[in-house]
Amino acid sequence: MQDFFDSIANSFTKTFITDDRWLQLLSGLGVTIQITIFAAIIGVVIGFLIAIVRSTHDLQLSGKKCRKFSDYALKVANFLCNIYITVIRGTPVVIQLMIMYFIVFASSREGIVAAILSFGLNSGAYVAEIVRSGIMSVDKGQFEASRSIGFNYKSTMLYVIIPQAFKNILPALGNEFIVLVKETSVAGYVALHDLTYIGNLIRSRTYEAFFPLITVALIYLIIVLLLSFLLKKLERRLRSSDH
Amino acid sequence: MTTDNVLIKVENLCKSFGEVEVLKGINAEIKKGDVMVVIGASGSGKSTFLRCLNLLEEPTSGKILFEGTDITDASVNINLHRQKMGMVFQQFNLFPHMTILRNLTIGPTKLLKQSKSEAEQNAIKLLERVGLADRANAYPSQLSGGQKQRIAIVRALCMNPDVMLFDEPTSALDPEMVGEVLEVMKQLAAEGMTMVVVTHEMGFAREVGTDIVFVDEGVIVEQGSPKEFFENPKSPRLKDFLSKVL
Repeated sequence: MQDFFDSIANSFTKTFITDDRWLQLLSGLGVTIQITIFAAIIGVVIGFLIAIVRSTHDLQLSGKKCRKFSDYALKVANFLCNIYITVIRGTPVVIQLMIMYFIVFASSREGIVAAILSFGLNSGAYVAEIVRSGIMSVDKGQFEASRSIGFNYKSTMLYVIIPQAFKNILPALGNEFIVLVKETSVAGYVALHDLTYIGNLIRSRTYEAFFPLITVALIYLIIVLLLSFLLKKLERRLRSSDH
Repeated sequence: MTTDNVLIKVENLCKSFGEVEVLKGINAEIKKGDVMVVIGASGSGKSTFLRCLNLLEEPTSGKILFEGTDITDASVNINLHRQKMGMVFQQFNLFPHMTILRNLTIGPTKLLKQSKSEAEQNAIKLLERVGLADRANAYPSQLSGGQKQRIAIVRALCMNPDVMLFDEPTSALDPEMVGEVLEVMKQLAAEGMTMVVVTHEMGFAREVGTDIVFVDEGVIVEQGSPKEFFENPKSPRLKDFLSKVL
């Protein structure tokens, strides 16, 4: 029995204390959070832009012929957005990450920038479809009421449609952020020392699998729980107009 | 009647949805202070006619002259003209994420550049007239159907329009709430507001309407003052329609 506890204590020490490995884990966590936050910002911005292009195309040009230059521009933009979404959703994020790092950033090898960009671009494609479904789910009457008051298309989107769409898509958007946090665990492929990479590094240095891997898993779980908690709080606040 | 009294003039208005021809050449004149009531069976094109007046539906051909301007012309900024044409929908279409007060003031503050306090004062004054001033800070989901529709009317009025378009304003209401909405509309008509009303409320048409229009299969079949329209209908189709609804 004594042996058993001794070996646990020994594993624990090797995993966390020796060489200040807990500090390495902490810095790995920092890298993971940094990538996630910036990628999420990029993803949301790209997602909203693409969703607005795509739904404007669907709302204004469905079944109609192009008449103005702006109609043709919209058609081209919609086409490009479709290609983007198809390519991003059709290829693994690890491959996208490696293309970004080994081809696009080949000369500079800015790992963290490459990771933020590729996870952001990847997330953007998914966010775009989520936001678009939210915009299309808002009742058509809302659109007509706003236009009948005299608002143009842009103001209608800004004041009437997007706020309602945002409320509808918040759970799906939250889900996307949760997926994003966990997807960053492949950042090690481009030599980034993120949480997963550090965990695996400690495992290979110490020949101890249990503590490093379980610790890493728990940390991800805590991040996700925290994220869900914040999202639920935001959801509740936005629901104040429902009774 | 001088021509400058004409607020809206519709010339040979046609509208098709794909292959389906809904409006087949409508001509009409709405003068200042008129209450034009449009009646007809469902599917006759009466709602489409109304929705063409502020271009929520884009006419396939024909002209709509509003205060002398042909608003079907592509070079016209339709948003400016819509500000002067209030519209009330069957499904109310209040903005659910805004309070009542915000519903009423967002147009005046953003489009008419009124100050917040000016727009709110005006909104409260109008709310008092429909007896809903105490609900200013509620959300639409907290109101009954009749209350929502009265708010929707006030929202259009807050833009200080020259004409009000009503698209079956009482059709989605429980029967006991129809009266309160019609009462507001009657009051509005009595004050001289120009109105175009699509409705199935024959009592309202007879009492308030100055010009009754019967639309069937995309054309105006008969038109006249309420008295001759209801007491002495000429076309067989109108006779048939009236015998079913009266």
